[in-house]
Amino acid sequence: MLQAVNILLLVFLVVCAVVVARTKDLLSAVIIFGAYSMVMSIIWQQLHSPDIAITEAAIGAGATSLLFLAAISRTRRHEE
Amino acid sequence: MWLFWQFRRLCTKVNTMHDMVLEVVNRLLLPFIQLFGMYILFHGHLSPGGGFSGGAVIGASLILYSLTFRFARVKHRLDHDTSVFFEAAGALIYVAIGFVGLFFGYNFLTNRGVFPLGVPGQLWSSGMILIITLALGAKVSGTILSLFQELLEGGSDEHGNP
Repeated sequence: MLQAVNILLLVFLVVCAVVVARTKDLLSAVIIFGAYSMVMSIIWQQLHSPDIAITEAAIGAGATSLLFLAAISRTRRHEE
Repeated sequence: MWLFWQFRRLCTKVNTMHDMVLEVVNRLLLPFIQLFGMYILFHGHLSPGGGFSGGAVIGASLILYSLTFRFARVKHRLDHDTSVFFEAAGALIYVAIGFVGLFFGYNFLTNRGVFPLGVPGQLWSSGMILIITLALGAKVSGTILSLFQELLEGGSDEHGNP
């Protein structure tokens, strides 16, 4: 059961990574990247590394997304 | 029920000039986020976490605070100079605590001789590690907040373009 959940999380991770690279709308890409970081923090927790999970949830899903949002607000939203 | 009345009181109190949902949710949520960050900071030597993780959580909560209340009252309290001050003070306290061990005849950042050494499971017995963790938390949270402020209100380049 737990292995099935782990495989599901990994498949979701790969799908998120591919979709982030292929999305033209940068705001959507940032939000998908936040979901990627959240799933990645759960996977860190599954790999028995809870401090990295805390840091990933705070930095990857919180601060990095906000920094990307600030960068988008200073530039364009759509990729050409 | 108590939460509902608290919610009603907050809804009537917020200013309608700003986004009400964001403000109400953040007033309820921010103390818990910051309490969690302080817990990670203070228990860095006992449980998973430490200076970087707790500082990251507190820095993210400060970014959230300055996004929500940016135009109201955060302008004169959490400006760029304050975050840079906290960042520099954290690094300075870290190096100063490191030199204490050198001053008493041991190596740099030595925990022996000056501070009480650790008893397993006791919060206040970790020597200089707790002070170093707090300084590191101030440093990391100030860095994250100042990065965000630098991106959002950054100055112009040498040609005058924003």
